[in-house]
Amino acid sequence: MKDTGMAKRLARDRARRGLLYFCAGLTCCILLTMIGEILYRGLGSLTWKLVSTQSSYLRNTIGILPNILNTLYIIFVALVIALPVGVGAAVYLTEYAASKRLVRVIEFATETLTGIPSILFGLVGMLVFLQLLGLQEGILAGGLTLVVMILPTIIRTTQESLKTVPDAWREGALALGAGKWRVVRTVVLPNAMDGILTGCILAAGRIVGESAALLFTAGFGFVLNDFAGSLQSSSATLTVALYVYASERGETGVAFAIACLLLLLTLLLNLAADRAAKKFKNREAPVCRKS
Amino acid sequence: MRKRKAALEQLMRMVFLLCGIVSVAFVLLISVYLIIAGLPAIREIGLWKFLFGTKWAPTFSEPAYGILPFILTSIYGTAGAALLGVPLGVLTAVFLAKAAPPRAASLLHTAVELLAGIPSVVYGLVGMILLVPAIQRLFGLSSGACLLAAILVLAVMILPSIVSVSENALRAVPEEYEQASLALGATGTETWFRVSLPAAKSGVAASIVLGLGRAIGEAMAIIMVSGNVANMPGLFRSVRFLTTAVASEMSYAAVGSLQRQALFSIGLVLFLFIMLLNAFLNLVIKKGGGRR
Amino acid sequence: MKKILAVLLAAALAASALCACAAKGKSGTVSTNGSTSMEKVIGALQEQFMSDNPGVKVTYDATGSGTGIEAVMNGTCDIGLASRKLKDTETGLTATTIALDGIAIIVNADNSLGDISLDQIASAFTGETKNWKDLGGDDLEISCIGRESGSGTRDGFESITGTADKCVLAQELTSTGAVIEAVKNSKNAIGYASLSAAQGQAGIKILTVGGVECSEATVLDGTYAIQRPFNLVTKDGGKLSDAAQAFFDFATSKAAAALITNAGAVPTAK
Repeated sequence: MKDTGMAKRLARDRARRGLLYFCAGLTCCILLTMIGEILYRGLGSLTWKLVSTQSSYLRNTIGILPNILNTLYIIFVALVIALPVGVGAAVYLTEYAASKRLVRVIEFATETLTGIPSILFGLVGMLVFLQLLGLQEGILAGGLTLVVMILPTIIRTTQESLKTVPDAWREGALALGAGKWRVVRTVVLPNAMDGILTGCILAAGRIVGESAALLFTAGFGFVLNDFAGSLQSSSATLTVALYVYASERGETGVAFAIACLLLLLTLLLNLAADRAAKKFKNREAPVCRKS
Repeated sequence: MRKRKAALEQLMRMVFLLCGIVSVAFVLLISVYLIIAGLPAIREIGLWKFLFGTKWAPTFSEPAYGILPFILTSIYGTAGAALLGVPLGVLTAVFLAKAAPPRAASLLHTAVELLAGIPSVVYGLVGMILLVPAIQRLFGLSSGACLLAAILVLAVMILPSIVSVSENALRAVPEEYEQASLALGATGTETWFRVSLPAAKSGVAASIVLGLGRAIGEAMAIIMVSGNVANMPGLFRSVRFLTTAVASEMSYAAVGSLQRQALFSIGLVLFLFIMLLNAFLNLVIKKGGGRR
Repeated sequence: MKKILAVLLAAALAASALCACAAKGKSGTVSTNGSTSMEKVIGALQEQFMSDNPGVKVTYDATGSGTGIEAVMNGTCDIGLASRKLKDTETGLTATTIALDGIAIIVNADNSLGDISLDQIASAFTGETKNWKDLGGDDLEISCIGRESGSGTRDGFESITGTADKCVLAQELTSTGAVIEAVKNSKNAIGYASLSAAQGQAGIKILTVGGVECSEATVLDGTYAIQRPFNLVTKDGGKLSDAAQAFFDFATSKAAAALITNAGAVPTAK
């Protein structure tokens, strides 16, 4: 019975294919609408004046330079702290770990961290960094909160890139009498650099898009600051600024201009991450650091 | 010389061990802090009244601290987003992995990756400007900021995660399975739906877990489209989620007040919810699909 | 060669340090915290003061009147900003009024209504009146947009219209600007917002209340009923830092009056 129903099966096959094309088409439409709206409403307002000045009440102008700088500052602070710790953790997990149970616990904890929503990070960040440690709202408190958020990303990508370093290279160095730390320092890490870089770029991408964790830790300030000043002074990053301009000040043109900027940044970071990932997959000969 | 080398090696081992347990330390810190901050209010308000009270009015002269509206809204919102996003996402993934001509596939793939990287506030912005007025006009409401708007925004937000992870899972299905199915006379789509998808079950399930986790934890995108009034959820009513409840009142709840402590308790409830959801879904995946 | 460069560099650094010291005058940070309605006023004052005193940084955190008062009580900010009178429970603080602000009742620009009475406002916001046609407008459901519970604007609005604890809102937003935005986007909406923020905004209409227009003049002479003071709140018995005291004096002086008027509020400095 079934095999003579070929015509019916082919018809159903065509229908299912149609469904697949429809779904993909719908997803495409959603994408195009989003990107289209952002560009349509934002490009017009994305002027040089907007990105190079700060807002002024007296002159009634808007400028997002402080927010751009705050975003860069916070990426720097978060990465500078998260990189060593994250790479260290990954090194421990792949090179040093003795007990399998400890490895499982650490990996479970890292997985758990990825599932926690950013608003809870912001809440705990406020409790720990502002109330407990007495820091002021600013880039430092915000950056520290982000460290906890991006740690899993860095640990995971570093672990993956460490795993691709062939054991033979490690064993070669050990056979020559090098201690483990020396092996890590001169053989493993230099060859895992590309992967670590990819992790950095991915983390930076996440930081650029983060807002909920920064509301109560980095604040809403729009004042232009240098790096040192911004650490303990309420500073709004681009995403927080977008939120304020859109919902509280009603400057939707400015908000969409910021959205364009964020879109551009995301695109660049994605491209950079892809490029770095390709480079690290194509590695041939080992890089050996001179001790 | 050898002693110094050995000492250095030991030291570095310690350093790396410390780095390793940092994640564990953070998780413990977060859990401990949320519990410490969240328990006092629950104790004072009473667990039952807190979780199942239907009125949230912390600043009325007779304050009420029931968070059932938020809990239900979060559940309905996540479920609604999953209902819309999962089928669309999985089918798009099937398209990308199997049915698409290679150039279209790579283009769509890049586009989906771009969508995945867009910050959540941008989704909220587009929702606020496009979706909310559209819903208002379409359904003749007095205000388009409602649960439906939030569900739509959430569905679009979780789409990229579901598509990319499912796509990877589908591509990883061994070709032999599909070739065997085709050799036995199955058509293309029959193979994809009856062989590839089940084989990729655990990956697809993982993508759903990822998507759900993102949906329940989202705050910024939906704060701009959902109206923020503490109502019991209704598709066209202005609502507040667990996440937006914390975000909207935190900045002005007085330090040390019961209101502020209640907000921490909401954070604790959200945390427990997510832990339970993850545990439950992981159990279901382990039972159903079996790890590779 | 290197030595000469080093000496020159050191001299330049020393010179610049001296110059900086000479030009400084006041230095430090003044932190203000509180009302979102006072954003334009404080923003203008802050900018002018900072350009007159380059060594000082004035920060403003828009958290709402309630939090601002709390912050100054706890000492986490220098000057609290409240767009309402202090409550009886808020002791140990002094409120200095620098301006009066009208609370404008705003509707969408396409709304046919032009005037509304206090009672009608109250009945709309408590949900008694549900449709615009009952107030003489079009046949549309009324959608009330209000502020969060710690808001000074909400406090002022509710105490004067007698709707405390009784408002039924379609949306509860956390700043004056957000309310204006929401009303702009919805034909059915009615909301309340600070006059200083609502003036001159396209897309909304400011209703007259009982025939009285909401303007600086009517706020000053009291004929426009729905108004509240913009207060700088300081802690009793505490001494402000030099920079903070200077900012306080500047804000309460006649020199600030023009800035306050530009920002849309009514200065009360004598």
